[in-house]
Amino acid sequence: MDSSSDPVTITPCPDGPLLVRGDFTVLTAPGREERATDRRVVALCRCGKTGIPPLCDGSHRAVGFRAPAPPPTAVPPPGNR
Amino acid sequence: MTQTGAIDELNSPVPLTAPERGLAPRSRGEVTSLLLSVLTSDGGEAAELLPDLDAAASSALVSSEDMFRDEDLQLALHLLYILHTGPADFVHGDWEWHPSLIGVRGKIEHRFETALRALAPLPDLIPRSGPELAETLFSMTSAVAQPELATWAARHASVDQLREFLIHKSIYTLREADPHSWAIPRLRGRAKAALVEIQADEYGGGRPDHIHAEIFAGTLRGFDLDDRPDHYLDEVPAITLASVNAMNLFGLNRRLRGAAIGHLAAFEMTSSIPNGLHSRAFSRNGFGREVTWYFDEHVEADAVHEQIAAHDLAGGAADDEPGLIPDIIFGAASCLRLDDISGSHMLESWSAGESSLRKTPKEAVCG
Repeated sequence: MDSSSDPVTITPCPDGPLLVRGDFTVLTAPGREERATDRRVVALCRCGKTGIPPLCDGSHRAVGFRAPAPPPTAVPPPGNR
Repeated sequence: MTQTGAIDELNSPVPLTAPERGLAPRSRGEVTSLLLSVLTSDGGEAAELLPDLDAAASSALVSSEDMFRDEDLQLALHLLYILHTGPADFVHGDWEWHPSLIGVRGKIEHRFETALRALAPLPDLIPRSGPELAETLFSMTSAVAQPELATWAARHASVDQLREFLIHKSIYTLREADPHSWAIPRLRGRAKAALVEIQADEYGGGRPDHIHAEIFAGTLRGFDLDDRPDHYLDEVPAITLASVNAMNLFGLNRRLRGAAIGHLAAFEMTSSIPNGLHSRAFSRNGFGREVTWYFDEHVEADAVHEQIAAHDLAGGAADDEPGLIPDIIFGAASCLRLDDISGSHMLESWSAGESSLRKTPKEAVCG
């Protein structure tokens, strides 16, 4: 499986993490070379409570994090909302 | 059990001696006694036993009171399923698709499925779309935030109790992900891509040493336990086998593909937080990375898998084939209820100062 030409897709999961697929690298901190993970699909924490940042460890479920998906027909707002 | 040579040579590149071939598990009643005689003997002799086996299974199904705790029937089902997966080195000859054994399996499966449907009844409101189904699955698995067994283990489990936990877990986890892979050719589009995406990760993403079953084998070795599949079969009770049998029931029957999806979804959706706690239980008892890697890996991996499983696998299958929705919920509920029962079995045994494993490894029951 060669994903080197795959564009990156980021999917916000309702009440959960950001799923990232494609050709990407997650580093541990600015200016550092080491990778946070070499998994092909990663879940990035969105609730701030993870024990393994920047990755998700399921903690959003323990803290009741809410981030509903927008309605399917929603048009992106023209500016800031 | 002594076995005389030569018969396996057809199936093995190198002739195996009896100890290398592996001893057959012990029977737990009339059905498994006959079944093991069939599986470990030569063709002619075995054929005569098949009608008796069929009759024994029918009568055991009539008298069985609790399918989930029926040692004889759950072991029989497990033995019939491992004909499809192996290694089952004690088996002589090719029994995988023998019509008589498939017939016996079907009878036991019918009762098992009926019992599971009673254990895991459907909710009053059935979701009607993929997104609604994903929401239902998250709500069904919300108790994962307070996992009873894992929370207890993180604080209190002793080395002996953790050893028992690994022995129960070894029956499935040395074959981790395999039962759900049967569903891959039975799905299409988004659901199929999602299942493959999850399973590819379970199987190490191209790295043999990252196959989850292999990482778990390393945990067993780090604990001085045997890492061969089914090595501890004689020690695990029916309820442990019932959890694994449910996965194979769903995986090996196409009509139950919805239940296979739901089972996997619930399994993944109740994994990250408990695995983090189990990792802590092992660290607290002084075990290092070679033992905890499996659990740490699942914190990260299953946080990804639960999203894919709920939204793309279950949700995708529901949008593609809405008729699967009730069975997806049934499969998820079965996983959760069986997990509750086996978790309670361990906790209750340990709270009473007892072992959660079977107590009769010495006596061979020959029916």
